[in-house]
Amino acid sequence: MTSISQDGDRDKLRSVSVDLNNDTPLLIDIPDALCERDKVKFTIHTKTTLNSFQKPDFSVSRQHEDFIWLHDTLVETEDYAGLIIPPVPPKPDFESPREKMHKLGEGEATMTKEEYTKMKQELEAEYLAVFKKTVQVHEIFLQRLSSHPAFSKDRNFQIFLEYDQDLSVRRKNAKEMFGGFFKNMVKSADEVLISGVKEVDEFFEQEKTFLLDYFGKIKDATAKAEKMTRSHKNLADDYIHISATLTTIAADDNEAFKSKACISNVCVCVQKLEARVASDQELKLTELFRYYMRDIQAAKDLLYRRARALADYENSNKALDKARLKSKDVGQAEEHQQQCLQKFDKLSESGKKELTSFKARRVVAFRKNLIEMAELEIKHAKSNMSLLHACIEQLQSN
Amino acid sequence: MDPPLPVSTSEPDKDIFSGPRAEPLNNPLSETAAEQLKAVSGASSKAKGDVPVEEAGSEEPDDLFSDPLGESGAELETHTSNAPLLDFSEEPPKSDPIKKAASADDYIKKPQKDIFEESTEDGVKAAAAHVGSVAAEKKVLHTDLFGDGVDDDEDKDDLFKTPPGAMMKKPQASLFRAEPDDIFPEAKTEAKPATKASAKQPNNAPTDLFTEEPFTVMPAARAAVKPAAIPSANTSSKTNGLHSDEEDLFAEATVELSLDSPRNDRRKRDAMKPSEPVPCPSTSTSSSKPQPKKLEELEEEEKEDKFDLNISVTNPEKVGDGMNAYMAYRVSTQTTLSMFRSKQLTVRRRFSDFLGLYEKLSEKHSPNGYIVPPAPEKSILGMTKVKVGKEDLSSDEFVERRRAALERYLQRVVSHPSLLQDPDVREFLEKEELPRAVSTQALSGAGFLKMINKATDAVSKMTIKMNESDVWFEEKLQEVESEDQQLRKLHGMVESLVNHRKELSVNTAVFAKSVAMLGSSEDNTALSRALSQLAEVEDRIEQLHQDQAANDFFIFAELLADYIRLLGAVRACFDQRMKAWQRWQDGQNMLQKKREAEAKLLWANKPEKLQQAKDEIGEWEGRVSQYERDFDRVSATVRKEVMRFEKEKTRDFKKQIIKYLQSLLHSEQQLIKYWEAFLPEAKAIA
Repeated sequence: MTSISQDGDRDKLRSVSVDLNNDTPLLIDIPDALCERDKVKFTIHTKTTLNSFQKPDFSVSRQHEDFIWLHDTLVETEDYAGLIIPPVPPKPDFESPREKMHKLGEGEATMTKEEYTKMKQELEAEYLAVFKKTVQVHEIFLQRLSSHPAFSKDRNFQIFLEYDQDLSVRRKNAKEMFGGFFKNMVKSADEVLISGVKEVDEFFEQEKTFLLDYFGKIKDATAKAEKMTRSHKNLADDYIHISATLTTIAADDNEAFKSKACISNVCVCVQKLEARVASDQELKLTELFRYYMRDIQAAKDLLYRRARALADYENSNKALDKARLKSKDVGQAEEHQQQCLQKFDKLSESGKKELTSFKARRVVAFRKNLIEMAELEIKHAKSNMSLLHACIEQLQSN
Repeated sequence: MDPPLPVSTSEPDKDIFSGPRAEPLNNPLSETAAEQLKAVSGASSKAKGDVPVEEAGSEEPDDLFSDPLGESGAELETHTSNAPLLDFSEEPPKSDPIKKAASADDYIKKPQKDIFEESTEDGVKAAAAHVGSVAAEKKVLHTDLFGDGVDDDEDKDDLFKTPPGAMMKKPQASLFRAEPDDIFPEAKTEAKPATKASAKQPNNAPTDLFTEEPFTVMPAARAAVKPAAIPSANTSSKTNGLHSDEEDLFAEATVELSLDSPRNDRRKRDAMKPSEPVPCPSTSTSSSKPQPKKLEELEEEEKEDKFDLNISVTNPEKVGDGMNAYMAYRVSTQTTLSMFRSKQLTVRRRFSDFLGLYEKLSEKHSPNGYIVPPAPEKSILGMTKVKVGKEDLSSDEFVERRRAALERYLQRVVSHPSLLQDPDVREFLEKEELPRAVSTQALSGAGFLKMINKATDAVSKMTIKMNESDVWFEEKLQEVESEDQQLRKLHGMVESLVNHRKELSVNTAVFAKSVAMLGSSEDNTALSRALSQLAEVEDRIEQLHQDQAANDFFIFAELLADYIRLLGAVRACFDQRMKAWQRWQDGQNMLQKKREAEAKLLWANKPEKLQQAKDEIGEWEGRVSQYERDFDRVSATVRKEVMRFEKEKTRDFKKQIIKYLQSLLHSEQQLIKYWEAFLPEAKAIA
């Protein structure tokens, strides 16, 4: 069981969400989370001035599945078709640290006690980082909803925040899972099909190519960044082993290696710093990329919905033409065509707004993260430097 | 001349020479002119009661050399204790043969000529004329000299036994007389073979002479080597008063010489010539007053010596084609050590030459318990790649790695005081062409033999059960073994560090490219700029990681690899000690058997065989004691070597680790620079 209190990391966690909570009547945060086996229970705390809520201040406990449910209902709501629906947070993944922990347990015999403890600490730190990250992405999801004028008034969202019982969302069964998968397939096939539809608005045309391109790139960058941070972590782990071995050698109280004791200490510190560099990189850069990858996916979905509407509109036009030709059901067809046009126009309008704001948001988020990352890198490098400096001086003096 | 010159202070000199010059013939000993003169100087120093001379001459040298020479033999010991001045002058010639081995003749002649030229300036031409003739005479009368030396030795011994009262005057005089014959011939024996230019002899001669106490004599030699490098002119210019006296002295000497018999003449020369190296060391020693600090000084000097000899291996170059191709390296030596032909030496050597050097050295020195630094290992795979001639990164890296390893190897060899003296080392550094080292090939017959030898060694090692008499060795061996293990482990880890860092560097490069792509498709100009900047930063960081990985490897991992191999050599020297012990034990067993056989014969009453058995016992007793001595000697050497190794190791590790940390520091600095440059770019995103 792991329980964390997030107060210390508040500002850090907000970094990706770009201060969505400013001046909103709805303030949401996740101050606490509890991990039981593979279930994570998030405590969601809401502060509000809205009348639609019974109390101004309340907390509920939610699971990851509840978030998925909320997201799905939002996606399914027709009215939100013209909006970028915030991407659903990824499923908490504690598998990799767990697996590592398991491996470590197996390899215990081959390591010195000290080394083992250090490795364990390192893994615990990693586990904690994953945990924090999970909480963070869930929080951001809610904050984005709360900061959006339309979503914040959504009934389901309010229920999600307020209902103090277990939501008891039914888990998706296998059929539904398959159905979802199938739906996805249809969607992507459809995407290909309607891509042939001639775009009427240049803005969307541009936006579409840009997003497609950008999505590919950012996906690539995310993968690469992940790889990079992973190897950085490996590097940090190596320092653990080296320092442990140096300590054992120094423990042989061989005079030649006395100096090594302090080097081993330095190694530990270097390792800690390297690990921090790696995790900060992960947090600031990789997470940023990952988040925007999902966000772009959401934007793409919006475009898809719009394109769908466009296709529908054109189909209805065709149908209207046919009806006129046959002078049969003209009124119905006309109505349908009007509906489609309306829907499409509405989608286009709100989509344009959404995409523009998305762009601005992305730039701001990138800026913030990049600055923070650069600052952190400098900070770590500096502390690393002073450490090395001290060690060199110590070595040279004795 | 010997006696005056050690006394570098100008005033006592004057006393010595100005005072008694008139009464050489009155000297009680009055043998030859040369002797007289010396006696005179000795006597004069006594007569005048020159305290500085006394002290400088008697006590200081005593401290100086009694230590190192203490083991050299009974005779020398009497000298040191009773006749400090003798030692003093004796010492430099002792060191002479060593440094002169290569160019003994030159060495002697040069300074000598200088001096004589000085004297000719003053119009004493006869002296100069003698220089040449003396060189010729040297050879002819060489044997005579030895005889003389022996005679004089006896003489001197007698003299020492004279009552103390007389000793004050006489022994001193006689010592001076004895010393040229006694000692300088010795120097000459070294010099002679050198002039004959028979390749090996000169080299062997000094080693033979001093093999017994390489350690004790060597430091002394070193002490002498350094100051000797200073031109003798220095001494005279340094001490103004001395200069004119010298002239006087020579003038007098030459006058006498011209009257004297050639033999004396020659002797005189002998006395003068080797005296040349004397002034320098003596001035240096007498000027550095605190003589008891001798050992520390020597140590310091040893350290300094290391800087005097700078070896670098550069310019790896492929020679030939196909499977016969090999890499040649340029080995350049920079040195101020006089044992080398010149200050700058450059030769080209191939890898197998290095291996050959190692083979020779280990054959010669490791049975004596020395730690012979191992040469880098052969790498058939790496070399084949180079041979195939692909100019790819890995083969470049291989060559560079090997070059660095070879350089470190040579530096280790020359930093070893006794290996430095090895003629093979010098030959390796100096000689233009080396005979091809064949036995180093892995697949040759010699290689096969080596493998068999190793296998038998391993077997015998397992079977030998040594009951250790000295706890120190036991503990050390254990220490070495556990250290070896730890170092191996550490080495593995550092290797994985290197690999991970390389991986990181590759990943960073890929990421940089990906970010650059992202930047190119970003439609916000400022952000796009920032992203491409980020890509650039990552690119640089990639380079940084790559460099750091190289540093990890070359500074840290290679250091560990070297020491793992060195620890192998340390273990080998422990093995050698064990072998010596085994020989001794076997000898004892044999002796025991022989004795038993004798007892049996005695009992069986077979007198005819008894004699033979007795002879055998005698022979074996001799051998056993020889083996025991060997064992003790090897033990002592091993102990000394291990101490030295540890000191070296500490220093090496400290140096390398500081270097490594500095490289880390440097990368961090660069990192800060890069990110700081990036920061405004990120802030500029609007």
